[in-house]
Parts: sequence; C-alpha cells; structure tokens
Amino acid sequence: MAEYKVKPRTRDTEIVRTTVWSAGPGCHGTCGVLAHISKGKLVKIEGDPDHPWNQGRLCARCLAMTQYAYHPDRLTRPLKRAGARGEGKWEEISWDEAFSLIENRMGGIKKEYGAESVVFSMGTGRDISPWLCMLAYAYGSPNVMFAMSGNACYSPRIAAVETVLGDYCVPDAAQWLRKRYDDPKYRIPKCLVIWGYNIPNTCPDNIFGHWFIDLMKRGTEILCVDPRLTWFSSRAKHWLRLRPGTDGALAMGFLHEIIHGNLYDRGFVEKWTNAPFLVRKDTGRLLRASDLEKNGSPENFAVWDAAAEKTAVWDSGKADYVSSRPKAALKGNFSVALKDESRIECGTVWDAFCEEVDRYPLERVEEITRVPRKEIRDAARFYAQSKPASIHWGLPIDSTPGITPTAQAITALWCLTGNLEVPGGNVVARNAFECVSYALPGAEGVIRLASKEDDRKRIGIDRYGPFRKFIWRAQTDSVLDQIFSGKPYPVKGLWMQTGNLIAGIGFEPRKWKEAFKKLDFIVAVDLFMTPTTQYADVILPAATFLEKNGVRSWWVPLQSINKAMSVQGCKPDVEINFELAKRFDPNLRWDSVEALFDDILKNSGMTYRELQEKVWVLPPEGNSSAPYFRHEKGLLRKDGRPGFSTPSGKMELYATLREEWNLEPMPHYEEPPFTPVSRPDLAEKYPLILSTGRRSFAFFNAEHRNIPWLRELDPEPTVEIHPDTARSLGISDGEWVWVENWLDRQKFKAKLTIAVQPQMVMAAHGWWFPEEDGAEPSLFGAWKSNANQLIPMGSQGKDGLGAPLKNLLCRVYKVHE
Amino acid sequence: MEKKKTKPEFGLLIDYEYCTGCHACEVACAQEYNHKPGIRGIKVFEVEQALPGGREYLTYFPFPTETCVLCPHLTKEGLDPACVKHCMAACMKFGRVEDLAKEVGRKPRMVLWVPR
Repeated sequence: MAEYKVKPRTRDTEIVRTTVWSAGPGCHGTCGVLAHISKGKLVKIEGDPDHPWNQGRLCARCLAMTQYAYHPDRLTRPLKRAGARGEGKWEEISWDEAFSLIENRMGGIKKEYGAESVVFSMGTGRDISPWLCMLAYAYGSPNVMFAMSGNACYSPRIAAVETVLGDYCVPDAAQWLRKRYDDPKYRIPKCLVIWGYNIPNTCPDNIFGHWFIDLMKRGTEILCVDPRLTWFSSRAKHWLRLRPGTDGALAMGFLHEIIHGNLYDRGFVEKWTNAPFLVRKDTGRLLRASDLEKNGSPENFAVWDAAAEKTAVWDSGKADYVSSRPKAALKGNFSVALKDESRIECGTVWDAFCEEVDRYPLERVEEITRVPRKEIRDAARFYAQSKPASIHWGLPIDSTPGITPTAQAITALWCLTGNLEVPGGNVVARNAFECVSYALPGAEGVIRLASKEDDRKRIGIDRYGPFRKFIWRAQTDSVLDQIFSGKPYPVKGLWMQTGNLIAGIGFEPRKWKEAFKKLDFIVAVDLFMTPTTQYADVILPAATFLEKNGVRSWWVPLQSINKAMSVQGCKPDVEINFELAKRFDPNLRWDSVEALFDDILKNSGMTYRELQEKVWVLPPEGNSSAPYFRHEKGLLRKDGRPGFSTPSGKMELYATLREEWNLEPMPHYEEPPFTPVSRPDLAEKYPLILSTGRRSFAFFNAEHRNIPWLRELDPEPTVEIHPDTARSLGISDGEWVWVENWLDRQKFKAKLTIAVQPQMVMAAHGWWFPEEDGAEPSLFGAWKSNANQLIPMGSQGKDGLGAPLKNLLCRVYKVHE
Repeated sequence: MEKKKTKPEFGLLIDYEYCTGCHACEVACAQEYNHKPGIRGIKVFEVEQALPGGREYLTYFPFPTETCVLCPHLTKEGLDPACVKHCMAACMKFGRVEDLAKEVGRKPRMVLWVPR
C-alpha cells in the first residue's frame, strides 16, 4: 500500500492514498483521497492534492464518510429472513451459512428452471457491476439487469453515440493530461453547451462537474439548455428554456441553422462521414455493393464518382474505396445500374439528412420547444462559430423514449462543427489502456459469459437491436413483464446489489413489490437496510470503498482502490461475489481476486501490485485511450486504419445499424408519450408538467437519507412550484401538498421558487425515511413521498431504451389532514 | 469602559461568482471538528433573484458562523482551513486580512469575511 508522501501529523495516524468508487459517496467516483487511519479506524478523509482528477477537492458526500462507515445502522452480519417477506424479522447467520444457503437455493433453481431464471439486478453499478456480472456469468445467467425502466441512465446515450461513431465521446476538460488546463496541447473551449445538467449533482456520468467551473474561470462561455433556473443557466451567455422532453427538436433546430447558415465543416463531412453514400429512392435504404455486383458484399456501400460518372464502391472492412479515390458527389440524383441491369434512382445520404433536417425550420422548433426562434438561432450560431466548442449532456437526454434519435442529432452537432477529437471539443472516451473488466456498452471485457449461446436467452435481446450490439443487459421493462407472465420462461430468483428498487430506481414500485412476492428466492447485498432489502431471503453486508481493494479503468486514469481499514463483519462486494462465483463455476478463470485484477490490467503492462504503488496512471499520448485526432491516426480501429469502428468505418449520419434494426436511421424528434401535446386528454385533468430526478447536492439518488451531516442539508422531500402557480392553487411555501396523476398521489413539501416555470413542477426523487419503521406497511415510509409511484413502467422507445421521467403530467393540491 | 478586542489577523476571501452551493465547505468543517448536526463553522446561503428584463439569477455564498475559528491547527502548518481546502469551485481563499483586502477589488462579486 502506497503511503502519502506528506508525513502524518500525529504519530499514531497513517495516511492511505486511495480512489473513491462507491459504496460511500454514491457517485461514479474517480476522486483521489487521503484516508487518515488511527488505530485501524478512519478518523478523517481529505481530497488528494496530487490527484489530477479532483486536485484536492472533495464533495459533501465523501467528506461525510466517517458518519457513513461507522453508522450505527450498518449491516454487519449476514441475515436470514425469519418471518414473511416484508415483516422485518431476521435471524443473524454466519458468512459460511449464508454462502451455503445461497449455493443450495440458487443451485436448486438452476437445476429445475435453468440459470437464466435468476436475474442479477443493479442500480448505478459503480465498482460492483463487474463483480455482479462475474457472479451471474459464473452461475450461467445472461440476465444482468440495470433496474431502471428503459435502461434509461447513460447507457442509452453511450449506445446511441456508439451506433453512429463506433465509440463514445465526452467533453474534453483536459482530464487525460497531467498538467490539465496548462498542458500546451490543450485548448480552453470558447463555448461549452450544458445540455440538461445541474452542477449540484457534481459528478454524473464519470465527469467531475466542477471542471466546468475551472473552465469558466479560464474564459469558457456557457450555452445552457434547461427548463429550470440553474447555476449554469444564471451565468449562461445563452439560456434556452425549453419545454421538458423536447431536446430532440431543439437539436434538430440547431442542425437546421448550422446547415442553412453554412456553418458546418464541409471537409469533415466529405472525408469522415457517410454523407456521400448513395440511398436508393425505391426502398429508402442504403445502396450496397451486393445490389451492384454479383459478388458484391452487403457490408460495402457505394458513392457516385462525379469525375467518372459512375458508382464507386466503399470497402467497409478496409475503411477505404475499393479502387483509386473517386470524386464522391455529396449531392444530386443519380441513375444507377443494378446487377440485374435494371436501373434505379439514388440520392445521397447528405441530401436525405438535409431533407430530414429541413423538417425542422425554427418556426416549428419554437412551436415544439416554446423557445423563441431568435434565441435558438443566436445560440446555434454561437455554438457553431466558437472554436473549439464542447457539449456536455445529462440524464434528460435519456428521459424520453426518443433517446436515440435525440442523441444522434446532438452527436451530429459536434461532428459537423469540427469539434470531434480536437482539444477542448468532444473527444472519444475509452477505458484506460483498453483495460476492460466487464461488458459496458460497446466493450467486451475479461469477464464474460462462457458462450454466446448462453446470451440468446437474455431478456429483451430478441426484440431490441441495441441489446444485441451494445447493451449487454436484460431489458428492464421486459423483465418485470416476464416475472408476471412466466413467458417465454419463468423468472424464479433475484440477486440485488447496488440498487433500491422500491425507493430508488424502480418505477411503479408497487408492481416491483408484487413481483418480489412471486419469486422463490431473493438475495440483497447492501450496507444498510432499505425498503427493498425487506423482501430478501438473505441479506449480505457489504463494505465501503475504504474497506476494499479494487481496480478502476473506466476511462482515465487507470486506478487502484487501496484498502485502508475494515469494519468487522462486512465483506467487499468483489469478495462476496468471487466466493460464490467459485462455488457455481469450479472452472472459474481466476483462482484469486488478485489474479482477476491482474487479468483486467493485462493491457496496461502492470500487475495489480504495481498499480497499487502508483495509485493512478494516465495513458500516454499515442495510446488509443488518450486523445487527440485518433480517427486520423488510425487509433480507433482494430486494423490501425484511419476512420471509426462503425459498420462502414465512417461517422454515420445515416446509421447502418438502425437500418438493420428496422428503425429510422436518421436523427429526428419524437414527442414523449405523456405531454400536454401528445395527451391533451390527460392534460385536462393533470394540467402541470411533472419532472423528477433532479439531483440533490446532499444525496446520491436514494442513498444518504440516514447520514446526519447530509440529511441536515436537505431534510425533506420537496416539490418545486412557481409562486404564481402556487398562488392560484392556494399553496404557500413549506406546506405539504399532494402531487397526483393517473398512477398515484404522493406527498411533498411545497418549495415556491422561480427556478421552475409556471406550467411545470419538479418533484424530488429517491425519498424514504430510514428513521421510520422498516416493516410493512410502513416500509421506512417508502410509499409516502416516492416520486417513482407517478412514473409508468413500459414506456421505453422502439429500441427498448429511454423512459419519460422528466416529462409527465400531474396536478397539485393541498394536503388536508 | 469599552471591552478590549484583539485585532483580527486572518480572513476568508470569497469569490461568490463561482460558489455553486455544493455545501462541501459545511461538511468539511463538520468533519474537522466532529460537529453535531446543527452546528457548523460555515453555512451556505442561496439567493434567488428575478432581474429586470425577465431574467433570473441564482447566487450562493458561504458565511463563516460564530463557530468558525479558521482552523489554526491547520493554518499554523501552512495548510488551508478545511472549508477552503475542499471547496469544489475553488472560490475561497484564506490569508492575512491586509493581503486579502488588496485582492478583494480584483474582480466584482467578491466578499471578504473576517470571522470572530
């Protein structure tokens, strides 16, 4: 274990340098910390000033770690249910008894129904999801589930960008460079688009939110897209206050202004996108080499060579033209001879893309988004004319069934304006040194199913294209349906780790509760009792990040989590899952947790011990996990050729994969399913737009309500209401109100604020009351102020992704006791 | 007779243009002194304003309370007070009052606190 180089201030304290990756603060972490340990106990935690990620800073949730780690309610013994589910009666058992009980019960289900009958569920997986996958795969089940409806947190955005770019992109805040903003290679963005993201949630999606403040101090100007007044929108040069859920229309409006204003990078479009590819007018699909020649490959495409006046074939496998470079036409109609000598008319992808964009003149975009067209025009021009410019997007992009076409439009923005892979733009984010532990969208790791055959039973894979290509999870809404229907096969068991389905991540949680009651066997791994753990048959007490060794390679840096202390009776998730994985699969590839870590780190050339000495390492320039201009240098494709790892090798304005999945291949706008526009009938009874999911600075989703220093900062569930709306409803600040829609009604404390517009309210999410009775019917007060009771399951998009949690309908009225 | 007061030596310079209301300073202080809930050496306030012209603005600023002693055990060793060290927006500065007074006019939206 590496010691921090500054001498501890007292003789009996040692300082351990380690990396945060929840359990603890709840976030996706990556901050470097110094844990002050005295007589084996954590006495203080500090940000590590030598760490390039947080540079000594640390958030409120991490600074409360002493209260978290030594909380009197921490689970410290495995528990076995001693009454009915939900009755709150438990018997303490030993770890050996717990492991044997689980082995027997889960072994029995596997024998009788098959391993796929057990679903392995997570919330925000963090350090635990690789180990959850390891256990599920060792057991033989492909059904690892991210428990949110429509898998609607981040992986839809990642999958959408992978669909058109072959890789995912993030805003470049110099996180790859040791000297950060002072590195001579780096450029400060002139414009940073903050699209649906609020700073108090600090570090969503593996980005340290306060980097953007660092950038603003260095001259970056903000373009903010948000229906709410936020810290960023206050300080933005342009603030577009759109109607919730209309982000897709706004992005199409931006493209309209940029294309018609001739503000795009024509060189990039011609060279790196599939804009010149031909589209058949008869089928509306891409023209393929197999249409042209007898032996032509269906994976190769065609362009019109304006010099030779005939088609030329693009070889997708080589990411180059078959013969010498044609003068590929970007626009026009062409008569093309097919292999059977018939002729068809073809246009270009660029023309088809522009035609789609032309459906969104700013008058129409204003009508949809309610943002004045002049503001949209000025903002779009500011973005397109700022070099470099960068876009950071938040969860609202996933909060609509139209997630993928929305994300396609926004990805096209950073590509068409020449901001891809440039310093200060949007750059490709890959796992550090290509060390991949488990299957994330677009990446296969060292932890994988024994055979592709096992994967065929994954729930949702037959219905939803992205689940066959990028999303290695079960489709959540389909899992819930299958628990009730038993078709095509019964679901009998549930393993839950890092998630709280009743109070945190499950929509329509009463349905989930009923689902629990249908199952034969449930295991929960957690640090505290929650409303959800009440339904388990066995609960296993997990450890905080301070009590475990671990490895983190999700983007940069490559990091080790170094065990600093232990809490009697608790076990790190990796050790729990490793023990059971070994029992279920005697041929498990690794004989120890350390061997597993070494395997994950193989591509870095380091062993786990070596990494622990360094704590963190940044990939050097020239590594495929370090920017810039990697598509030009051939660092994005396995064959080392310039281009992208998409099916065509191009950035795809027209998505080949979406065509293959029989979905619209190009970006467009889809009105969410429960808005005043799509459901005027519902809006008559429920006239206010209901948004939820806004993060609190004090909590990570459903966590931390039991941490005194944090609860004090945000003591009660609130609903934000505009003062004019509140006045018309006779509601005063601080009064308890019902928020009601066709699903249920829930109680919140009214917070009168101009942060929301008069036609919308914002309800806090993740609320339960650890101080109340945990047994049914109270269930820690989980049914009182639970915003998820107002959000329907089953509204995922055509590709199985997205959920409408920020654009619903409700009415609000006073609680009369 | 007038009560004898010692002249304060140190203060906190806050650039409240950049305070994001993350409350890290509050919990850093609570941790440093193991304060009970309800007691904090620093507290963050929110001001929400409707500006003329229809625009709205959100301001946060940290205010050192009667409990703040400016962490002498840390500053004596050349370290920053707990709140300053952990400020996520890096918008707080500890120093001698006369030095900070020179800096306070460097840009708008600054405040210099001289706690008890």
